[in-house]
Amino acid sequence: MASETLHEDPQKLGSDVIDVHRAIVSVMEELEAVDWYNQRAKATDNPKLRAILEHNRDEEKEHASMVLEWLRRADPVFAQHFKTYLFTEGSITGIEAEAEEGGGGEARSDANGDGSLGIGSLRQVNR
Amino acid sequence: MNHLFRERAPITPAGWAEIEKEAKRTLRALLAARRVVDFVGPLGWGASDVELGRADPIASPTGAREVQARLRRIQPLVELRIPFEMTRTELDAIDRGARDPDLDAVTAAAREIAIAEDRAIFHGYEAAHITGICQAAAKSAVPLGTSHNDYPGAVAAALTKLRDDGVEGPFAVVLNEQLHKDLAARTEGGYPILTHVKRLIDGDIVPAPGLEGGLVISLRGGDFELSVGQDFSIGYLEHTTDLVRLYIEESFTFLVLTDQAAVPLAPRAGKKS
Repeated sequence: MASETLHEDPQKLGSDVIDVHRAIVSVMEELEAVDWYNQRAKATDNPKLRAILEHNRDEEKEHASMVLEWLRRADPVFAQHFKTYLFTEGSITGIEAEAEEGGGGEARSDANGDGSLGIGSLRQVNR
Repeated sequence: MNHLFRERAPITPAGWAEIEKEAKRTLRALLAARRVVDFVGPLGWGASDVELGRADPIASPTGAREVQARLRRIQPLVELRIPFEMTRTELDAIDRGARDPDLDAVTAAAREIAIAEDRAIFHGYEAAHITGICQAAAKSAVPLGTSHNDYPGAVAAALTKLRDDGVEGPFAVVLNEQLHKDLAARTEGGYPILTHVKRLIDGDIVPAPGLEGGLVISLRGGDFELSVGQDFSIGYLEHTTDLVRLYIEESFTFLVLTDQAAVPLAPRAGKKS
């Protein structure tokens, strides 16, 4: 069992959806761990323990990033949004407004990126 | 700066945004194969080939007759590029806020390269080592019939072939652009023929300007693989006082992994549609 949080019959979901579920639950667990370690590191008065907690917290960030990258490769919509918002500068809500101007996020010039028009897969049906 | 040299173009962000918006709109409207085949990538401009997992025995190295050698098989990516020109007058107009910029050159270039990708995927591109779906599945082709009313029957026959071969759905029907228009306009028993065809499949009917005839194809995945190195991008070539020369470019290759997972609908002999 991937987790206790499947909301539908696994037979109907198929392996692709269950794998995405596994990844999403993993990201949730890693981020929750980051939050816990962060609070404990801040709260403790013992500097040696704090150093370990901060080290462990930052390792969870690495784990979360690795799973997020897997999700990006598996899900073209995640990939598109990551491409729009990650590693940008300036107002994030401004990027959204600019991206949606002209319909579906097509108006923003990508001249500072890799130049790709970001067409990707146009398939609507999930396997 | 990368190999597209966009930063050297005398084009403002507003100009780029309009050019890109038009190119995306046209590509998304016309690209048909990307709606029905698996998409791998983008792998980047640096990607040169796709591993096929096979190797051929070759002659042993000189002076080492006991050493066995095998050469790996790969499929190279093909680079497609279509140049186009924008007048600087029109780019200036965009910067002044013109709401009706003349982007016909962008549209025409995007249309041509979109159809080129689709033709390679559907009908093959020998010089690029690409075998198309219709070529690979030619032996199972079903004739479209002599009248538009025959088309639902042809689709049903194709679906039967697919199911007889153990190919599961959902399925999609890809139709030549003109055929799609014809079927949308004609009726049988009061319903558009397109509606009859749609009832037969658990998927979309996709119009494709780059396809001759039609194609019934499984969307279950794992059968047809489009590998893209650099996805469609706009690059800069040169400019004069009057014109800016740009291009749309992509790199890709295509593999048919299961030729039984599609059945071509062959147009009538002598009728090109």
